[in-house]
Amino acid sequence: MSAADDGGRAVRVEGLRIEVAASGHDIVTDVSFEIGRGQVLALVGESGSGKTTAALALLAHERRGVRIAGGRVTVGGVDMFALDKRGRRDARGKLVSYVPQDPGTALNPARRIGAHLIEALEVHDWGGSDQRRRERVAEMMREVSLPDDPEFLRRYPHQLSGGQQQRVCIAMAFACQPAVVVLDEPTTGLDVTTQAHVLATIRRITSAEGAAALYVSHDLSVVSSLADRVAVMYAGRLVEQGSAETIFTAAAHPYTRQLIAAVPRIEVARSLAAIPGRAPSPGSRPPGCPFEPRCAIRIAECRERLPEAAVVGPGHTARCLRIAESKATLATTTPAPIVAGADHAEGIVRVGGLRAYYGDSEVVHDVTFAVARRECLALVGESGSGKTTVSRCVAGLHDGWDGTVTLHDAELPRSARHRTRAMKRDIQYIFQNPYGSLNPRRTVGQSVARPLALLGEDRRTVRKQVAGILERVSLPPQYAAKYPDELSGGERQRVAIARALVCRPKVLLCDEVTSALDVSVQAAIVTLLRELQEDLGLSILFVTHNLPLVRSIAQRVAVMQDGRIVEAGSVDQVLERPEHDYTRRLLADAPRLSDADPAPDPRAVS
Amino acid sequence: MTIDLAQTIANEAPAPVVRTRGVLRRSLRLWRTRIGLAITVALVLVAIFGPYFAPHDPSALLGRPYQVPSPGLPLGADYLGQDVLSRFLYGGRSILLVSVISTVLGVGGGVLIGLWAALSKGWVDNALLRGTDILLAFPQILLALIVIATVGPKTWLIVLTVALTTLPRTVRVIRGAATSVVEREFVDAARANGDSQLRIALVEVLPNVIGALGVETTFRLTYAVQLIAALAFLGFAANPNEPNWGTMVSQNSSALTLQPNAPLVPAVAIALLTVGVGLVGDGIARAAAGIDRGTS
Repeated sequence: MSAADDGGRAVRVEGLRIEVAASGHDIVTDVSFEIGRGQVLALVGESGSGKTTAALALLAHERRGVRIAGGRVTVGGVDMFALDKRGRRDARGKLVSYVPQDPGTALNPARRIGAHLIEALEVHDWGGSDQRRRERVAEMMREVSLPDDPEFLRRYPHQLSGGQQQRVCIAMAFACQPAVVVLDEPTTGLDVTTQAHVLATIRRITSAEGAAALYVSHDLSVVSSLADRVAVMYAGRLVEQGSAETIFTAAAHPYTRQLIAAVPRIEVARSLAAIPGRAPSPGSRPPGCPFEPRCAIRIAECRERLPEAAVVGPGHTARCLRIAESKATLATTTPAPIVAGADHAEGIVRVGGLRAYYGDSEVVHDVTFAVARRECLALVGESGSGKTTVSRCVAGLHDGWDGTVTLHDAELPRSARHRTRAMKRDIQYIFQNPYGSLNPRRTVGQSVARPLALLGEDRRTVRKQVAGILERVSLPPQYAAKYPDELSGGERQRVAIARALVCRPKVLLCDEVTSALDVSVQAAIVTLLRELQEDLGLSILFVTHNLPLVRSIAQRVAVMQDGRIVEAGSVDQVLERPEHDYTRRLLADAPRLSDADPAPDPRAVS
Repeated sequence: MTIDLAQTIANEAPAPVVRTRGVLRRSLRLWRTRIGLAITVALVLVAIFGPYFAPHDPSALLGRPYQVPSPGLPLGADYLGQDVLSRFLYGGRSILLVSVISTVLGVGGGVLIGLWAALSKGWVDNALLRGTDILLAFPQILLALIVIATVGPKTWLIVLTVALTTLPRTVRVIRGAATSVVEREFVDAARANGDSQLRIALVEVLPNVIGALGVETTFRLTYAVQLIAALAFLGFAANPNEPNWGTMVSQNSSALTLQPNAPLVPAVAIALLTVGVGLVGDGIARAAAGIDRGTS
């Protein structure tokens, strides 16, 4: 699909190079792609791959400290980099527009929705008359499935839900009929149901308006249901490009294949394959293939020579010297794991008739469940369903609750402050955000050693135990002297897990522990938790909104809606034969990876 | 599967991380901090060691009142005919000592109450803040004057009064800086661990507001110096006959044109001390702004 014969209304990026202004290190190297009218290209990559930086180059925008150093971006026949400051300002919104990750910060809280939309048109003097512009606003509102009555347009951003805010942003982006819209992970903060609706909106409006869309995302499942074409970025380069179907069923590059293997599937319980190592940062990228240090099928030549983009099939290219081997040996799915057998005889933690309050309002109503030894119970639900509140009550972090929480048949006091040392020791909590749960001014060793104070161990024993537990979570002992800001997100979460495990608890409460992490890191953390559950006989309460992930970690699942458990049972039963409508809806809306490559394709080797 | 991290680390190019252990060290790279520190240290040295270099007894009457500088009296004489240089060299000690002690007391108390308020939230927070509002309603100097005029100019009372007027301002600043820190999850992690409120305040929260604390301390110190000098100027020094930069300014102010050294030398010293400490504070503020480890 070529852009040139498409009336000039599409995007062509050639040899794009973006560098750190201060050091001259490349962030994005030699990126080229095209998008046709009405097409969605997904730019996929993990954090630090340069995907957002590359996408912003379509608007000729340089993030602070970053410089566009080479290449050409042509949007609708216009060379974006050749424009002067004024020309770029004119082009933004009219020729190329942007939908940000967080609509809450993109909309001015002091201005009405209608004013935002009218302004987007007025800036470019679109339509000529106020009457025409008002009609266009109403038309856009209908296209993004929002009410178009004046009453709604008079609302302020805070009177809208997150999903509605994002729709307004999408309407603004498409309002002036731009040639291309850049969408920067626009559904990241949304619940699955809202996400499904927003994705459908994007799909529909892109083809209705005949605009090209560049969808930047780290979430392969989302991409597979949305994009026509997929471009995979790694360490600032496009390593593979092809139609969505080809990428998800017959990926050629080892990185793409392993990335797909790391995504949890809702259909089948399987262990998730993590990619060992870390992506190289700008300035330390190897001269050869950037993925070579982490590649399972590397050969000596990979280290010396950067592979050219080789044509694998029609419209499908990959930068790899070992495409045949990659397709033959690297599975994009791994076999189902042996599900851990929970010791069902007795629940270790039992929650009975739990009601939790914030001030006077009851947010959790009569919740009852039990977690057995060596069992992982997943508590799923959308934001606001009360799932995190439940786990905080069990941990003693929220003290406004009634009901009973027992551990080994001993009733737990409401607040952690009133619990005995043994109780606090036996229940440990791992927080959602590894960037917030470690004190930035304390070393890893100090943070991990803290719970040991409950046991009153002497300093030598503490040091030994800290080193031991770091090893258990696959961190080298010298990490004890590091500060959290020297660690990657995955490493921080490992430290948080080490801190929770150091005093040998019986129960682990995990609050969305992988939601801030990349899929390949998520796979490593989930694998680690499973191992620990097996080896140490831990009981885990795993709070999450990610249904596919539940399949890969839990044995039982409880679905929460509006502070109640609406359905509970074994994972297989609930995910395959859901009984409650709400569960069915969650399952229907969960993004699925449309792969059909259960085993390596033998035909690819010839 | 386990991940071979040692392998990963070996693969990574050694990225030299220049680690700045603290805001203070980083602030020393700024010229404003260096200049401020030089001025402050110079004046502190004068205040501490000055008396050993004083050519005369500061209370001895050596010349005519307001005698202009002469070889025996390099800075001339004051309103009683005492040596201005000797009184200047003696006069820094008390003002510096009193301001440092009262600042330490005021800021120390303010930090504890501020952290307490931020961690407690709810009605405790409200009660503490309304309490500081009451203290803040009085202008600093007025409050000091009322107390000292009632009880009398005792050194301990001056210290306590200055500390008391410093405290509510520190409470405000520290509470403000700490409110965002107490929302972070590592504070919850400490709570889940059953740590005491005091330990959470001092070990978990305080290190994360150290930038604000550094700035606040220097600002409060400047105000303390000014306040104590002003009190001395108004005649509220513990001993009016004792050499003191503040009293020197007031006692000799009428001779500004006749013998400008007598009021101006101590006045300039006070001004420089304020500027010096202020520059240090500003340097710390700038360094702290760029070093917050809590980036996400």
